[in-house]
Amino acid sequence: MLKILALISIFAITAFAAGDATFEAVKRELNVPAIIMFLIFIAGTLGITYWAAQKTKSASDFYTAGGGITGFQNGLAIAGDYMSAAAFLGVSGLIYLKGYDGVIYAVSFLVGWPIILFFMAEKLRNLGKFTFADIAAYRLAQKEIRTLAAFGSLTVVILYLIAQMVGAGKLIQVLFGMEYEYAVFMVGALMIVYVTFGGMLATTWVQIIKACLLLTGVSFMAAMVLYHFDFSFEALAVQAVENHTSAADILAPGGFISDPISAISLGMALMLGTAGLPHVLMRFFTVGNAKEARKSVVYATGFVGYFWIIITIVGFGAIAFLNSAEGAEYFVDGKLFGGNNMASIHLAHMLGGNAFLGFISAVAFATILAVVSGLTLAGASAISHDIYANVINPNATDEQVVKLSKITVVIVGILGVTLGIAFEEQNIAYMVGLAFGIAASSNFPILFLSIYWRGLTTRGAFIGGFIGLTTAVVLVIIGPIVWVSILGNEEAIFPYKHPAIFSVTLAFVSIWFFSKTDNSQRGKDEKEKFRAQNVRANTGIGSAGAVDH
Amino acid sequence: MNEELVNRIESNPKYQELVSKRTSLGLKLGAFVLIMFYTFILTIAFNKEVLATTIGDGVTTIAFPIALAILVISFLTTLIYVKRANGEFEDLTDEIKDDVKDIL
Repeated sequence: MLKILALISIFAITAFAAGDATFEAVKRELNVPAIIMFLIFIAGTLGITYWAAQKTKSASDFYTAGGGITGFQNGLAIAGDYMSAAAFLGVSGLIYLKGYDGVIYAVSFLVGWPIILFFMAEKLRNLGKFTFADIAAYRLAQKEIRTLAAFGSLTVVILYLIAQMVGAGKLIQVLFGMEYEYAVFMVGALMIVYVTFGGMLATTWVQIIKACLLLTGVSFMAAMVLYHFDFSFEALAVQAVENHTSAADILAPGGFISDPISAISLGMALMLGTAGLPHVLMRFFTVGNAKEARKSVVYATGFVGYFWIIITIVGFGAIAFLNSAEGAEYFVDGKLFGGNNMASIHLAHMLGGNAFLGFISAVAFATILAVVSGLTLAGASAISHDIYANVINPNATDEQVVKLSKITVVIVGILGVTLGIAFEEQNIAYMVGLAFGIAASSNFPILFLSIYWRGLTTRGAFIGGFIGLTTAVVLVIIGPIVWVSILGNEEAIFPYKHPAIFSVTLAFVSIWFFSKTDNSQRGKDEKEKFRAQNVRANTGIGSAGAVDH
Repeated sequence: MNEELVNRIESNPKYQELVSKRTSLGLKLGAFVLIMFYTFILTIAFNKEVLATTIGDGVTTIAFPIALAILVISFLTTLIYVKRANGEFEDLTDEIKDDVKDIL
């Protein structure tokens, strides 16, 4: 889900970057309150990292904070992963631009969570240890399944990381007037420090703090907007309609979702993609037991749902405030300074002056840092836990694994920075779509079937998983975004932007087919092992125990 | 997990009760959320004018309370599920564990 949000925001940010000449002409003066608040945030989070580093000794500490995170804390952290800068700036910007169509996205982003709770959360906790591959490879061949899972995870993580990095660089450029390269470098360096020293404990706390700051900031903004209209949404809507060129059309669905195939496909990608995102899945291993895992989803759903309600008010508030005579100072050549994604940032300035602008800017930066930290940790665990400790060197000691993880974090960080700089001028929207498609078409089907289907075998999962992955990649490449917008062809070979309905279906069918036709002894043994796995999934008997801090 | 433990848990009526109750609750709530969401999405795809109906004499359309309702109801379904899962289902799980504690 985050990916689509990132897509939206990066689209606009990249579009803005194309017109750098106008941007240079009116480069914002150095925002002192923003820098002060940002420095306070960095000092605080580095303090937490130092504290977390004292407690992070074993691999379990490093990947899962020792399993000692409570349901409430984890709920906030999951919500934090969800409320990325793209979600905050992208959706409020989308509502500012299109009105109700932005609200449709907000709603779609939430409904995946109940589904994850009902079918995945507690089973993940009961079966897994550090990564989702622990579950997929529970009764299947370690080498094949972990390689496939690590491949899927890393692809999703890297694509997502680039999207965040480019978004971060552009955002900081606009907010602080800093050079793009320095901005990306700074994000990369801080992220490496948090993750290598503080592991999951620091990553989780950075995410929790940021979630609280973000929720406070946007709540204040929404309250200020509503206060202006005597807490009447109708009054706000009337003003927004008056100020927007599309008038009353902004209050109803527009042309965003046009045909049923795209509609169903998008819904599928949003729902299933989330259940295949490695950095979200790994959060279920940080809590002590199934009970806490369930609770964390309730809290996460509550916080995220609240966030979308607030963002709707902020988005319409931006129309009402910015598109007015007083808001004219935020426009350059008839366009919002910094692009539509900056709508909520400008609104913050209008409502609360420089100090509040500084606060919201610092929060936006913190958001990016927290999300990239989680992504990097997920990537590191795929390499060190799945590939190294389970395929290359099964006799590795805890110290060796943790050491390798830290090296991996640095490598992933450097890779993220390098690619972030390399892709600066690229429209990276397709990467986001691709990452989303891979999560839903490869990670999710294997994970889901390994939990629920006795007949799944290594052969089926391995071949079917790669078919799903390849289909998602190919359909995105020959679809409208890459084929037409990026490669400049006349017409897309594959007409739909979201391939999920096809690639996910194909993944499930081929996993089923290649498992069904697997008559090997290994396949028979694997089906035999389902009973024990299922008992553990249902009761938690034998699952990795919790460690309290 | 050894064979004996698996056999004993699987043949425990409480285990069967736990699995069937939880599966049924998950499927019911899951189907409810999916139907609600896809009704919304397909209405937008096929007949979005319906959602442009305004409330009373105002400009606000019914699309807003509907979106709000989906957000709130989604949250409520998670609450309903966890209320039962962390109460009734956890108790059942504890009883099952208790029944096999001699070989755990």
